[in-house]
Amino acid sequence: MSTDAMALPRTEPASRPIVARLHDWVTTVDHKRLGILYLIYALVFLLIAGVEAMIMRIQLIRPHNDFISPQVFNRMFTMHGTTMIFFVIMPVMFGFANYLIPLMIGTRDMAFPRLNAFSFWMTAFGGLLLYFSLVGANGLYGAGNAPDVGWFAYAPLTSRTFSVGHSTDFWTLALLVSGFGSIGTAVNIIATVLCMRCPGMTLAKMPLFAWLNLVMAGLVILAVSPLTAAQIMLLVDRYLGGHFFDTQAGGSAVIWMHFFWVFGHPEVYVLVIPAFAFASEIIPVFSRKPIFGYPVMVGATVAIGFISMSVWAHHMFTVGMSSAANNFFVISTMAIAVPTGIKIFNWLATMWGGKIEFKTPMLFCIAFLFQFLIAGLTGIMQGAAPFDWHLGNSYFVVAHFHYVIVGGILFALFGAFYYWFPKMSGKMYSETLGKLHFWLFLIGFHLTFDFMHIPGLLGMPRRIYTYEPGRGWDTWNLIVTIGVFFQAAGILVFLGNLLWSYFRGKAAGSDPWDGWTLEWSTNSPPPAYNFYTTPLVQSRRPLWDLKHPDDPDWKYE
Amino acid sequence: MPSQGSNHRRVLGSQILVCICCSAAAFADPTSPLSPTNIFAPASTPAKSIFGLSLFVLAVTGAIFLVVFTLLLYSVVKFRKTKNDDGREPPQVYGSNQVELAWTIIPILIVVALFMATARVIAVVQKTSPPSNAIAVTAIGHQFWWEYRYPGLGVVTANELHVPVSDPVHPTPTFITLLSADTDHSFWVPRLAGKTDLIPNHPNTMWIDPQETGVYLGQCAQYCGTQHAKMLLRVYVQSKDEFDGWIRQQRQPAITNDAVSEGQRIFETTACINCHTVSGTVANGRFGPDLTHLMSRDTIAAGAAANTPENLQRWILNPNTMKPGSLMPAMELNEQELDALTAYLETLR
Amino acid sequence: MSAMSMAAAEQKLEWDRPARGRVGMFSLIAAEAAIFTIFVVAYLFYIGKSLAGPLPKDVLSVPVFYTICLLSSSLTIHLAANSLRRGSVRSFGILWLVTITLGATFMYGTATEWHRLIYDEGLTISTNLFGTTYYSLVGLHGFHVVVGLLALSTVMVFTLLGDVRPEHAERVDALSLYWHFVDVVWIVVFTVVYVIGR
Repeated sequence: MSTDAMALPRTEPASRPIVARLHDWVTTVDHKRLGILYLIYALVFLLIAGVEAMIMRIQLIRPHNDFISPQVFNRMFTMHGTTMIFFVIMPVMFGFANYLIPLMIGTRDMAFPRLNAFSFWMTAFGGLLLYFSLVGANGLYGAGNAPDVGWFAYAPLTSRTFSVGHSTDFWTLALLVSGFGSIGTAVNIIATVLCMRCPGMTLAKMPLFAWLNLVMAGLVILAVSPLTAAQIMLLVDRYLGGHFFDTQAGGSAVIWMHFFWVFGHPEVYVLVIPAFAFASEIIPVFSRKPIFGYPVMVGATVAIGFISMSVWAHHMFTVGMSSAANNFFVISTMAIAVPTGIKIFNWLATMWGGKIEFKTPMLFCIAFLFQFLIAGLTGIMQGAAPFDWHLGNSYFVVAHFHYVIVGGILFALFGAFYYWFPKMSGKMYSETLGKLHFWLFLIGFHLTFDFMHIPGLLGMPRRIYTYEPGRGWDTWNLIVTIGVFFQAAGILVFLGNLLWSYFRGKAAGSDPWDGWTLEWSTNSPPPAYNFYTTPLVQSRRPLWDLKHPDDPDWKYE
Repeated sequence: MPSQGSNHRRVLGSQILVCICCSAAAFADPTSPLSPTNIFAPASTPAKSIFGLSLFVLAVTGAIFLVVFTLLLYSVVKFRKTKNDDGREPPQVYGSNQVELAWTIIPILIVVALFMATARVIAVVQKTSPPSNAIAVTAIGHQFWWEYRYPGLGVVTANELHVPVSDPVHPTPTFITLLSADTDHSFWVPRLAGKTDLIPNHPNTMWIDPQETGVYLGQCAQYCGTQHAKMLLRVYVQSKDEFDGWIRQQRQPAITNDAVSEGQRIFETTACINCHTVSGTVANGRFGPDLTHLMSRDTIAAGAAANTPENLQRWILNPNTMKPGSLMPAMELNEQELDALTAYLETLR
Repeated sequence: MSAMSMAAAEQKLEWDRPARGRVGMFSLIAAEAAIFTIFVVAYLFYIGKSLAGPLPKDVLSVPVFYTICLLSSSLTIHLAANSLRRGSVRSFGILWLVTITLGATFMYGTATEWHRLIYDEGLTISTNLFGTTYYSLVGLHGFHVVVGLLALSTVMVFTLLGDVRPEHAERVDALSLYWHFVDVVWIVVFTVVYVIGR
């Protein structure tokens, strides 16, 4: 059923000069444009951080390699981790949230459009500040003054004594600045979801995407703030002679770890919950069934949000906490597996009995399910603290979290890009190239991250620029490095697909997937005002009700 | 599109096969030298307790994986849209409370079982207190080397830890107190125990009771700066007699030998003595490793190189050629000074 | 969709959602509360752990008067917001000015206290753990008071220019939420620093 009548007929104004159009983009407060700015920003940094990963993997392709010096390697892993988390995944999730939430809840924009713009530019400048460190002091030679303390910057390595120069300050300040942007976006998401829903859309009727981003925003508020506090403390130590983490003055290095991980653990849920949101929107549409157990999905996510604030010290099992503390964090870590497992089962049940179409978004979401399952299970292994006394700080951990972030989050993200690209651009992407991207990246992902578990089990710690031969790690590292090139190829195909389709793709229409949520009821791309009239909804799938007036959802739930 | 589904099956099937074969190959035989740092080849009680727990955890997670993986695979194959689809939407199922309850309760039970198994091993490893015949060692982490002190036995050494073998019937474990002189480190010798961190102002303890003699390898497992990668660990597990002999030798002050007095003079008048100790001489620096019995060690620079005269010379001339970023400065000696100095160091047995 | 919008006009749905200013401000307060919690935790953790230097009980004097000033300013800002809602811009302006004065007095008290601590008692942020945690926690709070005062002063200027009217009561409410938060934080900081820690 055509729903193209939802917006006014399109009229094309005369094309404005490029300077004026750029100015529009720089000064925009429109959630859709800011969303796209976030996405483009994130893709640029994905490439940069990906190159950093390639550099590291080339160095580790064989023992005692001398592709780069240890100083450069240490800067690479610090920059790679910091960039991927703060300047790729967080912005891309904020981008999708900004773009889609107002459309999905039937409103015109976010609650605070100017705060939205402010938050984007804060995040953007944070990233630029971090990368300015590459050209500081020594220029580009040896990766300049880029931070080299690891993305978690443990004390006292970050004190003035051990981190001479300004590299650590770039890390601290860049994250402080972008942290303000993150908190601003979180405030905006919460206010939008709670205050701007269209008539009829109670909280129980809003798309899971909105619910899950609401939980994510709550976690950002509670989690990024401790990092901000810890970084202020670090600056006090480094510049005002403070002793927060100064072990010589009686300060504690462990308390930095507590503060950091109080941020760090909920942070990974900030990263993954929006991926859950993508899966929860895409899987139903391509299975042609509603999401199984909507209230349970909401409850499980809220539970995950709460429990995630109580597991942080499972990153500190080797620090020498009391057995009581270790036991507590074992329980909380294992407990979080329960609601997470419930979600996997609900996605499974959504596909069960459906009519699955293997379009590119669905391929990525199916792979997400398999891979996130494995990632969760390796997480449980590490939750058993004594087992973590081996696995922690080894390549097993690196394999585990990349399994979550690449195998889970990035796959779901690719699904989301393909799913909503027609809506954002008005064009259809090439399905052939999409599938080529999928297979290339799938092979590369598994070559790299399946085999990466093994060196960890054979005693290889992380953050080492080289390793000794004769420890049985050589072949696995070689295979791991080879996989990276497949992934790189996949990403290039992906970007090529997006670009080519943007200019030459077929017109997509407003509802190419026969979807059920409000964003598919307006044009592709949506007009500036989103909806010609404010929608009124009666169920969780307003377009299903319209398309099936004899069998609407509101009769059943 | 049926071809999609069978494509899927083929790729996924071959993936599973690859995983199984690799796992089997990797871990089938813990006693073969697959890796000297294999966590599945324990040789000491803490490592063995962890090994037992890990098998249980792997079995449980493996079973969960098989069940859920099979269900997922089944659903993407069985419920795919077929070529002769009638175009109608499938039955719209919104949820089921019974099913939700089932897959909540069962995971909770699994979690309880896993927790109980875990708590038991935590108690075994963390709550064991040293018996009276335990050897006490203090390990102090430095950037980028290990200092070992045996307070009860009056020994100070570096980088190579010697402990007596422990008879399971009459155990003689070694209890290690872990301190740090600068930043965070972590002591990880996988075949002997899980890793424990060395954190300044936060003493930790760990213990090992290796049941077979030999050399056990490991390395620092907490990023501590530029040369974290070459802060290697070597633990020499020796019979009682050999260990006692080693202790006796380490307690001796440095051997004086007039033949190398020139080298000794160079050592004592350049900056060496600021960082290094040679007991019985004026050298009593604590920043760098104790060199009194340097030649009793197999490696130098915390395992970065074998202890040969050539390596020793290269190291002293410019440590950055072997371990760039290490904190020992290049000593700027000419060839004769270097030869004399090395000759002196070679006498420190 | 057109069917749906016609239905909206017909049904005149009762559709209540919270005000976004309030929700936004509460979210911001939650974030700030999390930041303060970390500083409070650090303060509590480090009580008694200074290796040397002045101790709290030796040098701290309880700022009773200035505390009363700050906490009363919560009352005056509440009354001010009420006045505006009732339509009385004049009493709003007066009460608003009193609030600012009370807040400024509190900052003056902090300044004199710090002057005494630094120059007479020799306690700075780098002296010992007590100095670091004290100046950081009290300073972070003071910083939030100053930001609040700047915001309140901006509204004061608008009021004097005649630009603030009863329809702005909701925005004034949101701002006064922030001010109440700052006062609640002071109650916590006061308890931790001057009662528990001394």
